Amino acid sequence: MGYKDDVKIVRTGAWSGGPGCHGGCGVELHIKDGKLIKVEGDESHPFMQGRLCPRALALTQYAYHPNRLQRPLKRVGARGEGKWAEISWEEALDEVEYNMNKIRKEYGPEAMVFGQGTGRDAGGSLIFLAYAYGSPNWTLFGLSGISCFTPRLAGMHMVCGDIVFEDAAQFSPLRYDDPDFVVPELMIVWARGMRGSQCADHYFTSHWVIDLMKRGTKIICIDPRMSWTATRSEKWLRPRPGTDGALALGFLHVIINEGLYDKEFVEKWCHGFDELKKRVQEYPPERVEEITWVPKEDIVQVARMYAKAKPASIRFGQPLDCNANSIGTMQALNALWAITGNLDVPGGNVIARPPYGVTIYPYSTHEVVQLYGQEFVDNMNKRRIGADKFPLVKNFRSWALSDSVIEQMETGNPYPIKGLYLYTNNFLACTAQDPKRHYEAVRKLDFNVVADIFMTPTAQAIADIVLPGTTFAEKDSVFTTGIPLNAIRKHIQVGECRSHWDVAFELAKRFNPSSVPWNNLNELFTERIGNSGLTYDELSKKVWELAPKDHPSGTCGYRRHEKGLLRPDGKPGFRTPTGKVELYSTSLESYGLDPLPSHMEPVESPVSTPEIYKEYPLILITGRRMPTMFHSEHRQVPWLRQFENEPIVELHPDTAAELGLNDGQWVWIEGTMGRCKRKLKITPVVHPKTAMAPHGWWLPETEGAAPSFYSTFEINVNNLIPMGKNGTAGYGGAPIKTMLCKIYPLSEGDTIPTENTKMNQLDFTDSYDIVNAQEA
Amino acid sequence: MSKRAMLIDVYYCTGCHSCEVACQQENGYEAKQFGILVTEHILNKKNGLTIDYVPYMTDLCNFCAARVADGGKPSCVKHCQARCITYGTLEEVMEEAKNCKKPMIFVK
Repeated sequence: MGYKDDVKIVRTGAWSGGPGCHGGCGVELHIKDGKLIKVEGDESHPFMQGRLCPRALALTQYAYHPNRLQRPLKRVGARGEGKWAEISWEEALDEVEYNMNKIRKEYGPEAMVFGQGTGRDAGGSLIFLAYAYGSPNWTLFGLSGISCFTPRLAGMHMVCGDIVFEDAAQFSPLRYDDPDFVVPELMIVWARGMRGSQCADHYFTSHWVIDLMKRGTKIICIDPRMSWTATRSEKWLRPRPGTDGALALGFLHVIINEGLYDKEFVEKWCHGFDELKKRVQEYPPERVEEITWVPKEDIVQVARMYAKAKPASIRFGQPLDCNANSIGTMQALNALWAITGNLDVPGGNVIARPPYGVTIYPYSTHEVVQLYGQEFVDNMNKRRIGADKFPLVKNFRSWALSDSVIEQMETGNPYPIKGLYLYTNNFLACTAQDPKRHYEAVRKLDFNVVADIFMTPTAQAIADIVLPGTTFAEKDSVFTTGIPLNAIRKHIQVGECRSHWDVAFELAKRFNPSSVPWNNLNELFTERIGNSGLTYDELSKKVWELAPKDHPSGTCGYRRHEKGLLRPDGKPGFRTPTGKVELYSTSLESYGLDPLPSHMEPVESPVSTPEIYKEYPLILITGRRMPTMFHSEHRQVPWLRQFENEPIVELHPDTAAELGLNDGQWVWIEGTMGRCKRKLKITPVVHPKTAMAPHGWWLPETEGAAPSFYSTFEINVNNLIPMGKNGTAGYGGAPIKTMLCKIYPLSEGDTIPTENTKMNQLDFTDSYDIVNAQEA
Repeated sequence: MSKRAMLIDVYYCTGCHSCEVACQQENGYEAKQFGILVTEHILNKKNGLTIDYVPYMTDLCNFCAARVADGGKPSCVKHCQARCITYGTLEEVMEEAKNCKKPMIFVK
């Protein structure tokens, strides 16, 4: 901490809310008279080294936005009517306690579902609250198949026994200057845009790709969209959406049959190579070309380039989670970096564990057990929604399956669901596929709580109580899900907003005093980071901490499988049942799933549903990221809304010409499930056979009460996308990249959603009615 | 005194908008009021399409004189995620430009 004139300058870790993302970076907060006046990057922090994303830089506009929720609200009209009374925290928590206790008493704790948005500073406090209350039903509410990162995590754990990330020396405070680090000769950037995924994201942030390019790394890009990365790559492959698994198997076919793999590594450290070799014979380049639209010559060339480059890494993105067999896709990717000798080596794909093994927001079964104990977790597994049908839901990471939650809300089988507690989850506008179905299921529940930072379509539609949350500058927390270990400390107060850790701590005490043996959050954080040898206050002084090389937690260092640093028994090898990289996964086999990688056709596609393809001739890709908006956030913030300011759909010029459509006109996108309105943007970067529509759009400047809910149903691309199409594993398979659609102009009389938006004034303030509490 | 200059290696700009928001925050500019403005150029060339993001210093840019006087870097330079903006004397950036793939220089 320092002072400059009358401005206090403090360093802290940054993790949602504010930038919204998965965190990891360090910032300086400039504070004058208790008010945040500026945010700067922290040059002494190794993650971003002083750089910062636009969302973190816009924090002052976000934190002091006139529409921030600043006091708890209680619904006073009918659900969705948009009428709210401001109440005190005491009253709000009393309401929550009373209603949730009533549900627990009458139906059991599992009748409450606890849902978060994406993997941010929400998961740790939410699983803590759910488990204290006694419910096993913690979930990423609305996202079919939990199709973001969890399928990739599961695939990596099933094959390698750990999380595996591309190496940019992120585990060393010296970064690229670390003498053990080797710049990769080649990096495959697979289904991961540069601009959109440029946030600090778990174990990697995308501008590190540029750091590596400047140091000599050549890029191969795999993306249906002509991305920035594609234009800077040695080779760009443009697969049909949803066929990544087949493409990876095609690469394996070439690498194995041409003998380009690392024979020593395979012999010593891999299990099931012969079985894999047999399986890949089903995917010769000729067949893979038919499936993926990628010319066979390109498949062969890229396979050879990747196998021959030393070291080489693979960077992979969320679209790989969207195939119903996403686990199979990830098995193939894991096989690629393993058999080429690129696993656990500098500049390759490296084992990523949180520093000192500290966990707050568990990313694996190991971590859930570390926090709550085997017996407790086993007991939770028995009652978790979806665990009876889906082996990975039962055996990996402890999420309830959102698709099954909705089905159970509808049927009451095998037990009734009566309440929903959401923290920073805007399923109606963002997370949920088939949002109407979600809305109908949730609005019938007895009691719903929404804790968030702004009033959202979801809160308007279904909440009984709304709790105002905080930005990272307003809370105490610890970041552990990536690197390094960061302390986040409260430096400002906005309204009566309270951090979710604070709220969860108090509610947990009310529901189950024995689950809260700590006097305060400071003690809880100190216990959770105990392996680091630091107290929370000590970590706060340092701001960030990385474990030293070859620490037993295995945070950094290379070739740890040779040194016995990965397995709990201390033996060399990987943390899998066989101790080897399981190209043939014995874990998946024991769950009754395919132990080998394979490709599965999307639920709708030119191949699986040719009849539907005739009427709906475009493949709809949604979910592409924007650099200035994180999922459904930031639509109110002028510095961020000034760039991509309207909900668009992108079409190739040839496709638009064929359809007789013009740039800037409003259109309907329609599929077999439903339709939504979008403004057409014509751009040659999209594949002519696809339409791309960013997700998460709502218009805070339009009517918030039913039926509009800030125009969300009118413009929500998820109207076209079904839930419940996840595969046999449970995880993966939200078909957000592969549904079929057609596009046509609005009819006469159709309204344009943004016709009253004051786009020039950049006035995006929302509206909700505060009714005087006495009146209510 | 030597002229001051900003060097941008356009090849590495990804259009992430960090520089624009950093500038607006530093100078208290409203949205749409830009000291640095990044424009997207998608061009059809002989060898196929290209995408370039081109940052442009507007008349509202003063090279962050106060920050520089204080020993710091201009805000856009510090926060640029691609590290593609360099500030210095004209002579310094001319020298540095030799290492760039697609350099562009603004001089004041």
